Amino acid sequence: MASPYISWGRYPLQEQRGRDYHWLPQQLPEQGPYLPQGNARSYGDSCMLQGGEVLSSRFLRRFIGFDPETGVLRCEAGVTLGDILAVAEPQGWFLPVTPGTKFATVGGAIANDVHGKNHHVAGTFGCHVTQFELLRSDGERKICTPRRNKKWFQATIGGLGLTGFITWAELQLKRVPNSAINAENIKYRNLTEFFALSRESEADYEYTVAWVDCLAAGDHLGRGHFSRGNHARPVQPRVAARERSLSMPLVPPLSLVNQYSLTAFNWLYYHRQHQRVHYQTLHYDPFFYPLDHIHHWNRMYGPKGFLQYQCVIPMDASETAIRELLERIERTGHGSFLAVLKVFGDVSSPGLLSFPRPGTTLALDFPYQGHRTLHLFEQLDEVVVQAGGALYPAKDAHMKAEHFQRFYPNAAKLQALKDPNISSSFWNRVMETSS
Amino acid sequence: MKNWIIVGATSAIAEAVCRLWAVRGYRLFLVGRDQSRLDTLGKDYQVRGADAVHSFVMDVNDFDQHAPCWQAAEQQMGRVDGIFIAHGTLPDQSACEESVQQALTEINTNGLSIVSLCTLAANQLQQQGQGTIAVISSVAGDRGRQSNYVYGAAKGIVSIFLEGLRNRLYSKGVQVTTIKPGFVDTPMTADFDKGGPLWASADQVATGIVRAIDRGRNVAYLPWFWWCIMTIIKHIPEFIFKRLSL
Ligand SMILES: Cc1cc2nc3c(=O)[nH]c(=O)nc-3n(C[C@H](O)[C@H](O)[C@H](O)COP(=O)(O)OP(=O)(O)OC[C@H]3O[C@@H](n4cnc5c(N)ncnc54)[C@H](O)[C@@H]3O)c2cc1C
Ligand SMILES: NC(=O)c1ccc[n+]([C@@H]2O[C@H](COP(=O)([O-])OP(=O)(O)OC[C@H]3O[C@@H](n4cnc5c(N)ncnc54)[C@H](OP(=O)(O)O)[C@@H]3O)[C@@H](O)[C@H]2O)c1
Repeated sequence: MASPYISWGRYPLQEQRGRDYHWLPQQLPEQGPYLPQGNARSYGDSCMLQGGEVLSSRFLRRFIGFDPETGVLRCEAGVTLGDILAVAEPQGWFLPVTPGTKFATVGGAIANDVHGKNHHVAGTFGCHVTQFELLRSDGERKICTPRRNKKWFQATIGGLGLTGFITWAELQLKRVPNSAINAENIKYRNLTEFFALSRESEADYEYTVAWVDCLAAGDHLGRGHFSRGNHARPVQPRVAARERSLSMPLVPPLSLVNQYSLTAFNWLYYHRQHQRVHYQTLHYDPFFYPLDHIHHWNRMYGPKGFLQYQCVIPMDASETAIRELLERIERTGHGSFLAVLKVFGDVSSPGLLSFPRPGTTLALDFPYQGHRTLHLFEQLDEVVVQAGGALYPAKDAHMKAEHFQRFYPNAAKLQALKDPNISSSFWNRVMETSS
Repeated sequence: MKNWIIVGATSAIAEAVCRLWAVRGYRLFLVGRDQSRLDTLGKDYQVRGADAVHSFVMDVNDFDQHAPCWQAAEQQMGRVDGIFIAHGTLPDQSACEESVQQALTEINTNGLSIVSLCTLAANQLQQQGQGTIAVISSVAGDRGRQSNYVYGAAKGIVSIFLEGLRNRLYSKGVQVTTIKPGFVDTPMTADFDKGGPLWASADQVATGIVRAIDRGRNVAYLPWFWWCIMTIIKHIPEFIFKRLSL
């Protein structure tokens, strides 16, 4: 078993203690600092606390109630999105929004106000949260809804775990005719085609996302596969799930992700499909959670771990800025295994500090190679700042304080509502100048 | 339809097993010390698909309650198909060395209570001519070690008792399954440092338990590699073993 409290990127490693709650806590520890944690599926340091204690809700995995008539579900904060699907999907209900891993917990999904492939129609996870209970270190319990304790509701959604411990939450699930997905995979040749496909797909496809070959340059810059889909029709037969999953059993001494494997992977992945469009009806697992198929895949980056770089660029600056980002990456030869592009919609996020906003989001994974990686990130940051974009705290291990406060003008409001006993390594870093 | 009694229902491993059984639509009769926790679990299993969930509050060291507990289960569920026993405590070994009372209490909780429960269950299921007795023992019961021999001895009672029971009930159609987990990440081991390849999650172990019961296994080491480790440990000659600091 991997040590449970390390973030998904395995970078930066932190000296911290862990405490598991097995039953809903009556109160939080008197002595801080600490930080609530879910399944530690965030990449960087926003779910960790150097020198403190993480209060893990990973074992608070109980359902409290589910009404199959209305789709309203109430559960403890550590219930995972996979747990919800296992209960709801056979009864015709589905997650209204899901990130690319079903191991995320409900508490974590709220605290990062996560998004999925349907952001352009459904908004963020927080848009579908009807209420939750927040436990503060002074012993106070607040039931928060879009109306009641509204200020706390908004501060806690996307609030990075800082406003208190979420004990339970209630969500409105979505009815679907069929949990399988009619998917189309379209091979496209460059960035301009990506934006055209996105525009064309927005109205008729509930789910859209693209994988980008980030080693392609020149006329091919931004080429990749555009994936779009809708839930299958009720009459279509159900598609069975894959039975077995694979596991990366240990951390190899060196990263398996290097220039050679990346070049080969990106080339092969782009060319795996001969025809331009490939139609397929898929089980929801491989469509939404292809990476979950290999447990502990993060270990393949070796002992130094890896970082993700995820930004959003406002729509009018999107094409230019993303071209610039991809060029800068390509120039350093610092390829990424997984590069993902998606156009967000304009459904507003309920959280004070939610990351999604209208524009285009680009996410890339990089093995941590010390100064070289951080230097690249600095260059990318320049582009993001200039374009008026923002970086995603859930994926971050490097964001500068000045940048954070520019990306998130509500940071000071959150600081005012933060629980005095709670903090995170991320928060300590990005609020440096103001505290 | 499967109707199970789960003793020590608030244990993390038992909970992970019941989650799997709930999905199958089993009827569950939960036995534990804390009513409100049993209620919390009951709601969860109901949402996951359990056919019905009942509960019974009992301290396993209150041996007089064992028979009423079985009767209540029969009354609530109509019939009992199996009993799964998961309660346990991990004693403070040095406290057990200092206090006879402490040592005996631990032997009661981890050993004798199971002798009592299983004797009852065996007689009932034998009459029925069908059923399963599954109990969590431990790899610690395979050999006594200075760091943990009171717990080990209690688990040893359980393992040998079940071996005999299996032999007795084989011809009567009753299955007896002994489960021997290694290190599992649960509240029992909250004070241990849990990184490392020997640690398993309660979910992993539960999957193994459910499979062992389904397949009618006699003894299941979970995860499986503990079988290899314990085979080696059991074969170390005593004159060497006594010198080791285990
Ligand atoms: C393969 C993969 C794909 C991903 N894809 C996406 C994606 O498509 N979109 C997206 O938005 N994200 C994505 N993510 C990121 C992931 O969804 C988020 O980081 C999510 O928040 C992780 O949930 P968690 O339960 O592991 O929470 P953690 O990472 O443990 O914690 C996340 C935050 O939630 C807080 N928190 C956790 N539990 C509680 C609680 N009980 N009370 C209060 N605060 C709490 C923590 O303090 C922390 O700030 C992906 C991650 C992976 C590994
Ligand atoms: N964790 C491991 O590494 C490991 C390894 C090998 C074997 N095991 C065995 O696995 C079983 C389950 O343990 P676990 O790891 O799941 O630990 P756990 O979560 O701590 O469960 C132990 C359970 O035993 C119950 N219990 C203790 N004394 C009791 C009593 N007198 N009356 C009634 N119930 C009592 C506790 O009830 P309360 O909730 O009321 O306290 C608790 O629910 C135990 O038999 C243990 O010995 C565990």
